[in-house]
Amino acid sequence: MKLRNVLLAGLLVMVFAGMAMAADVIKIGVYEPMTGQMAFGGQLTVDGMKLAQEQAPEVLGKKIELIIVDNKSDKVEAANAVKRLIDKEKVVAIIGSYGSSLSMAGGEVAEKAGIPVITDSATNPLVTQGKKYYFRMCFIDPYQGAAAATYAYENLEARKAALLVDVAQDYSVGLSKFFKDSFIKKGGEVLPLYKYQSGDQDFTAQLTDMISKGADFLFIPSYFAEGAIVMKQARELGFEGDIMGGDAMDNPDLVKIAGDSAEGFSFTTFPYAPEMPDMNPVAKKFTELWNAKYPDQLPNANSALGYDCYMFVRDMIEKAGSTDPEKITEAFASAKDWLGATGSTTINESHDAEKPVGIKTIKDGKQVYAASIKPEL
Amino acid sequence: MTLTMFIQHFFNALTLGSLYALIAIGYTMVYGILRLINFAHGDVFMLGAYFIFYTGTIFHLPWIVGVILAIILTSFCGVIVERAAYRPLRDAPRISALISSIGVSFFIENLAIVVFTGIPKPVVRPDWLVKIIQIRGVRILPLAIAVPIMCFVLVAGLLFIVYKTKPGLAMRAISKDIETTRLMGVSVNKIISLTFGLGSALAAAGGIMWALRYPQIQPLMGLIPGLKAFIAAVLGGIGSIQGAVVGGLLLGFIEIMIVAFFPGLSGYKDAFAFILLIVILLIKPTGLMGEKIEEKV
Repeated sequence: MKLRNVLLAGLLVMVFAGMAMAADVIKIGVYEPMTGQMAFGGQLTVDGMKLAQEQAPEVLGKKIELIIVDNKSDKVEAANAVKRLIDKEKVVAIIGSYGSSLSMAGGEVAEKAGIPVITDSATNPLVTQGKKYYFRMCFIDPYQGAAAATYAYENLEARKAALLVDVAQDYSVGLSKFFKDSFIKKGGEVLPLYKYQSGDQDFTAQLTDMISKGADFLFIPSYFAEGAIVMKQARELGFEGDIMGGDAMDNPDLVKIAGDSAEGFSFTTFPYAPEMPDMNPVAKKFTELWNAKYPDQLPNANSALGYDCYMFVRDMIEKAGSTDPEKITEAFASAKDWLGATGSTTINESHDAEKPVGIKTIKDGKQVYAASIKPEL
Repeated sequence: MTLTMFIQHFFNALTLGSLYALIAIGYTMVYGILRLINFAHGDVFMLGAYFIFYTGTIFHLPWIVGVILAIILTSFCGVIVERAAYRPLRDAPRISALISSIGVSFFIENLAIVVFTGIPKPVVRPDWLVKIIQIRGVRILPLAIAVPIMCFVLVAGLLFIVYKTKPGLAMRAISKDIETTRLMGVSVNKIISLTFGLGSALAAAGGIMWALRYPQIQPLMGLIPGLKAFIAAVLGGIGSIQGAVVGGLLLGFIEIMIVAFFPGLSGYKDAFAFILLIVILLIKPTGLMGEKIEEKV
């Protein structure tokens, strides 16, 4: 498998080497999972970025070139992608990646090279922890986990929760821990963790056990493709409690795969939804632009985050008045009340954006924005 | 553990095991006849799942027609793979064909990513297969029973072809000695194509049933089931059709029962499968039902 990745990477380098031109442009690198298990997230995010680029194609009087590299949902590829963006393409800043594990792999490389990176939706705290050059456009998992636990305990009245964790994903491991801690603090009971590995499709054994132990609530901090299958199998096995997930469930295709089993499913997500009541002007504009460009598809929070990341990097380059990575990093770190489609963004000391957590519920096969929560940690 | 729960686990395991068995048979058949481990088998399995998706969702064909069409198309792909990637290497050392099969596997996966895109797709399931039957607290999908039945029907059909028909005789002859078989007037190329066609048809059947059981398909879906089925084939004795069935079922039961009895170990499910492979290779390399290969002098 690794040999294959090396070969493919080599091939890609050859293809892109031909495209690299020394024109008078400012290059912003993007590394996202365009293929593989997390492709659904990466593709939506990149769609949002492209939309933003059409809106604001220039900065400091120069054209912005987006160099998009596929990290194939693979940690090794993610590190290689960042290396290539920096060494070969000489980008001044990088956006990416969907998936905390991928961002962590890429972060090490960017940190050494001193190039600023902003991730759209990697929520694991470790992504930016101790990093000088890594930032994020979203909240972090302790916050999201607390919001989910609050909603589960207070609104859904769950008391005995089961968690199904993907042990191969930092996102899943982290979020489940934070949910568990908060849920216990609220007074709920949590069954010993049920585990699986990315790529598994059969969860019947774990689910059967969970049902027999009397769980009244299931939390699945996984990506939506697996989440949809978990929901389906849980309902087929007769589970009647509420099911919740995290931001990685926010995908228009969730309902298509899970069908009726998704009914009533809630998840925490970033504070953007096309059906949200009081939208800020940027969110309104983003929604209009999206609907004009992709009329058959509703925008989701990931696309909004992609849009925001591009706009943020562009604005920060303008604010820095330079393409020097150090100066851009300073601008990133000092950003305050920058308004994006996902709300007002202030980068805090740990390089995270402080934003409320949105809760969405599936109702009659459609996503409904249920609530915005600012949990107490 | 209550009896109800055990029965529930039993049916879960039976379905998973039968799926492994179906895929494992394809591995074992090709190996038994050509001594080639066809690592592209898992990807042919994926193609089967995509064909059923397209016939159903895009062309809105009746479900059963879709199934037949998907199986035919997939066998056709299997035959093309053999022609393009294995036939030119038939007289080359065995390792070359093995490497070629890995190449084919990457090629199909990446082609699928380009053509089908990496976004997972939902599979439509006919209602009669997913209407839950409830017997004393045990909940069973009709599908969970249909899969093992289909598995045994297909295996019986395959055994009939291999042991009771002329082409089957030729297949068995080829497995012993290709040159002598050719001298006897058998069209070796045709028989080998047929082998691949049959193996791929089984992979397609496996892919379709897998897609019904886990109704979400994506281009890399064949990777893990392919590896697991390979373990199943080795476990049962690679080259033996009955062995593949036994190996597949055994693997399915081990995976489910480990989680059932030790829920704390659920994260190590795959580790157990691979440890099993290593242990079998160390202790009984020919597998549970494999023939001892005699060195030809």
